[in-house]
Amino acid sequence: MSLRRPAKNQPETFEFNSSSMEEANKIVLKYPEGKQQSAVMALLYIAQKQNDNWIPLAAMKYIAKFLDMPYIKVYEVATFYTMYNLSPVGKYFVQVCTTTPCMIRGANKLVEACKEKISDKENELSNDKSCSWMEVECLGACVNAPMMQINDNYYEDLDKEKATEIFDKILNGQNPKPGSYRGRLNAEPENNRKTLMDVKNA
Amino acid sequence: MLKDQDRIFKNLYNDMGADVKSAQIRGDWVNTSELTAKGRDWIINEIKDSQLRGRGGAGFPTGLKWSFAPKEVGSRPHYLVINADESEPGTCKDRDILRFEPHKLIEGCLIASYAVQAHACYIYIRGEYFIEGQKLQSAIDEAYEKNLIGKNAAGTGWDLDIYIHYGAGAYICGEETALLESIEGKKGQPRLKPPFPALIGLYGCPTIINNVETIAVVPTILRRGGKWFSSLGREKNTGTKIFCISGNVNNPCNVEEEMNIPLKELIEVHAGGVVGGWENLQAVIPGGSSMPLIPKEKCETLTMDFDSLMAEKSGLGTAGIVVINNDQDIIKCMARIARFYKHESCGQCTPCREGSGWMWRMLERMAKGEATKDEVDMLGDVTNQIAGHTICAFGEGSSWPVQGLLRHFKKEIEKRNNLDPIVQKKNNIPYLVDQHLLDKKNA
Repeated sequence: MSLRRPAKNQPETFEFNSSSMEEANKIVLKYPEGKQQSAVMALLYIAQKQNDNWIPLAAMKYIAKFLDMPYIKVYEVATFYTMYNLSPVGKYFVQVCTTTPCMIRGANKLVEACKEKISDKENELSNDKSCSWMEVECLGACVNAPMMQINDNYYEDLDKEKATEIFDKILNGQNPKPGSYRGRLNAEPENNRKTLMDVKNA
Repeated sequence: MLKDQDRIFKNLYNDMGADVKSAQIRGDWVNTSELTAKGRDWIINEIKDSQLRGRGGAGFPTGLKWSFAPKEVGSRPHYLVINADESEPGTCKDRDILRFEPHKLIEGCLIASYAVQAHACYIYIRGEYFIEGQKLQSAIDEAYEKNLIGKNAAGTGWDLDIYIHYGAGAYICGEETALLESIEGKKGQPRLKPPFPALIGLYGCPTIINNVETIAVVPTILRRGGKWFSSLGREKNTGTKIFCISGNVNNPCNVEEEMNIPLKELIEVHAGGVVGGWENLQAVIPGGSSMPLIPKEKCETLTMDFDSLMAEKSGLGTAGIVVINNDQDIIKCMARIARFYKHESCGQCTPCREGSGWMWRMLERMAKGEATKDEVDMLGDVTNQIAGHTICAFGEGSSWPVQGLLRHFKKEIEKRNNLDPIVQKKNNIPYLVDQHLLDKKNA
């Protein structure tokens, strides 16, 4: 199990803004009547997006009221799932996969790049407070290893130099292009394709 | 090698575009209503004839699973749930289906929903696949627009709504009952079985849960016939499968191949060979991290299907092949996998919650050469205390890779760890299990 604790400094109040509210109301409709509790995960995402990528306790209380469910149940969900950030993270949130398939292709080099460019320690904001990084478990892009996720995007087929380039860009406020950084097409075997040849570049 | 015309996922690398028009050119949605007009029994029998086994890891026969759904809809509605919580290290096949072949999945959802009489289908996608989820959502929107799903979906007379539910980074939600808990808005902790979800599942209603790849191959099987599918591969291990080849190979890739293909062919032909040549191979994890590894000697002749891998005391799992060559420290690789399981244990059953941490700490010591001689057997003992003593299969999944390491690389561990089990002052290593001796010394 992973140990997760809420941040010490918590805002007093939280409320959905109008666009979040609209989105939340739409999501509740996805589930059968009386089963609105199902929407809790999606609503936590909405709260996280609205609140600079982390969820304060006030938001959990607000969502509990919104869905008419006990606060402790929302707290349980928010602390169980690792993608809910319980304390502030950078505007650019870098997650480096270091599970075995990435590890054996050199994910530790990406971690080195993070330490050099962003901050010495995991979950610590960079000097300009815009960026933070952490090691995560398998992100499910193993044939494109080593890889990392920055906010919603996957950056694949990396090495230390390419990761450093990407960090330079985000620290300058640019959005680097997601996808493979060796220029290959998705998950195809690079320069060695033997299948589906007649549709290639068709 | 499998012929291109027998490949189901022709857009695996996105050469052609994932939108509905391109999908229709590839043959999706062409005669869906004709297929459903042949009736539920025909669909289920055809799937049984094809001998399709679930592609999510356990390999349960799909036709049989569908036949468990109650024949008549009672007071409770039926649900279809698609498991797209792909988190097994080494596996990334569902991601490409969600991105590039979403219409195969959506059409499969319609046919499966019709077969098990569900009007609502939830697709549970892992939270990290946000972009993939958005691509699937736009495909679903397209399908609604063209009346392929919704009221009287694709002219079949069946009503179907498809919803996406995002996970939030919990591996355990790939376990079917944990997945249901998660959709209900709770912590993803598995339920006891029985009752099985086919009778009491989502919201207490009959629910059929299938993997993305299983559902996505269904329309093609029905179009080309169960006989065609079962002619590929071998008895009880039929059809095609997407293999993900990662790790120390020259060209890591996803490739759709026939079941029962030799492992060596997959690695040498499709993945461009092992880094440093075949001789440099150390071991292969054949089916995602929970399957025991297989040493090089056996890789020469190994064929990839459920039963032949079972015979080697491993398993096909999700067909995520991780190739490990001699440049890697095999104990470290396994210690990292143990750390993964320690991180992902849901904490419900004590043997798994505590044991997964034990396995990780012991393997870390062994990788550094800090363990004592007797710890090697103790590690085996820990794995046996986890496997079979938990609510879900996570207990087996976390202990099998360690058991595989002990089975094939015990000598390697023993060579590195030959400390005496008695506390010696000159070894300044904190003891894991002989804590009481240290306490005495401190007292």
